[in-house]
Amino acid sequence: MNFDADYFWNLLLSTRFLHPAWIVVWMVAVSMTIGIALGAIGGIIMTSAIGPLKHVIRGYVALIRGIPVLVQIIFWYNGVPALTGGAINPPPFVAGIIALAINEGAYMTEIVRSGITAVERGQREASQALSLSYYSTMRRVILPQAIRIAIPPTGNQVINMIKNTSLLFAIAIPEIFATGTNIFSVNFRYFEVIAVVAIWYIILANGYGLIQKAIERRFARGRGSLFGT
Amino acid sequence: MNQALSTSTASKADVTASYGDPVIEIRDVQKWFGSHHALKDISMTVRRGEKVVVCGPSGSGKSTLIRCINGLERHQGGTIEIEGVELVDRSLRGIRREVGMVFQSFNLFPHLTILENCMLAPMESRKLIRKEASERAMEYLSRVRIGEQAKKYPSQLSGGQQQRAAIARALCMEPHIMLFDEPTSALDPEMISEVLDTMTELAASGMTMVCVTHEMGFAERIADRVVFMDDGRIAEEGPPAELFRQPKTERLSSFLQRILTH
Repeated sequence: MNFDADYFWNLLLSTRFLHPAWIVVWMVAVSMTIGIALGAIGGIIMTSAIGPLKHVIRGYVALIRGIPVLVQIIFWYNGVPALTGGAINPPPFVAGIIALAINEGAYMTEIVRSGITAVERGQREASQALSLSYYSTMRRVILPQAIRIAIPPTGNQVINMIKNTSLLFAIAIPEIFATGTNIFSVNFRYFEVIAVVAIWYIILANGYGLIQKAIERRFARGRGSLFGT
Repeated sequence: MNQALSTSTASKADVTASYGDPVIEIRDVQKWFGSHHALKDISMTVRRGEKVVVCGPSGSGKSTLIRCINGLERHQGGTIEIEGVELVDRSLRGIRREVGMVFQSFNLFPHLTILENCMLAPMESRKLIRKEASERAMEYLSRVRIGEQAKKYPSQLSGGQQQRAAIARALCMEPHIMLFDEPTSALDPEMISEVLDTMTELAASGMTMVCVTHEMGFAERIADRVVFMDDGRIAEEGPPAELFRQPKTERLSSFLQRILTH
């Protein structure tokens, strides 16, 4: 077997991946926040009575979910500047966040939509019978319950996005995988480097898993029947 | 209040006449679900303070009828007037402020405490401030005898307590009319009487009530009038004593047979 254990441990315990990991964390935080906002708007429109806008959202979801994330990233970084003759030329971090956020918005639209429709019909009827406006009904009754339903699938999306940031190596963002490729392209220790890269993703993904559990516990308040507290 | 008390001693025949103005006027109402004709030429009037029980076999349209009164189902022909206002899109929210409803499945808001359930609508659609809404909520919660449960969530209450909380929630809007859509059908037998007692007290306070129920003992005790529906029509109506003892139609007598001997 050809495994350099000393090199592996040194690389794993070095500080080389600390900054790349930080880049992953804040890029996911920003992109996910924008993605959730887009998804909330999209999901609410999809369940509302606004006809024409619904078609726009449906088109957005179908388009974005049909295009690989890597292709979307290259589109924002290389495609848009080429199309506009350089008039719009986003730097790598901006292009990366736009790509991840817009991609996420499409998936979150579906998650928010299904969360809203999963709230029992009786909740809407009780709100109507109490003369609540559409706005009050959504804000006070439907969305608080839809959020509880949407939290577990949203957690999955965060973990997916943490791993999808590895695609940003294609636009020269020094995240975890890009840092790894830079190392093994010099010393050719592919296995050791890939193993360390994988461990960093495992740490971030499962670290988020703990945060997710805490969020779910917090939102379980008053809903014994749903979350089995 | 006094009127309600005095009429309870009067004979059933002149009870209806002694009530106030018509507050619900339904004329020739039609309702279809696809090709199914759910309500056929329904006409009925309910006067202020009157208690009407609607009964009938399942699928007869009784729930549809009561849900048309506050616009949860929209009627497709004829007119519905609530306190002189015709029920149309524009008047819907105003009418719903004055018409409370209690559902078979309670439909309490599970993410809010019982107190918050009762405070929400008065604050959002009656523009009460928090303190007023909370005082009013506590008043009605103690009236239905679950004041001490105010800080709990619906899932922590028994079915009977949840339904009483739902009644309190509706009363917090201080409606003029209360609709009950099979309020005891989802309850365990030992919890039915506590909800019926609450409704009986409400009836005694002079509230105008329309109630879909199979509880014939309750109907006999509180109803001024029983409406028997069959196949989307009002097949028979009258004071409960009359209707239950001498049913005029074959459908009603066989319905009563099934209800009373089940």
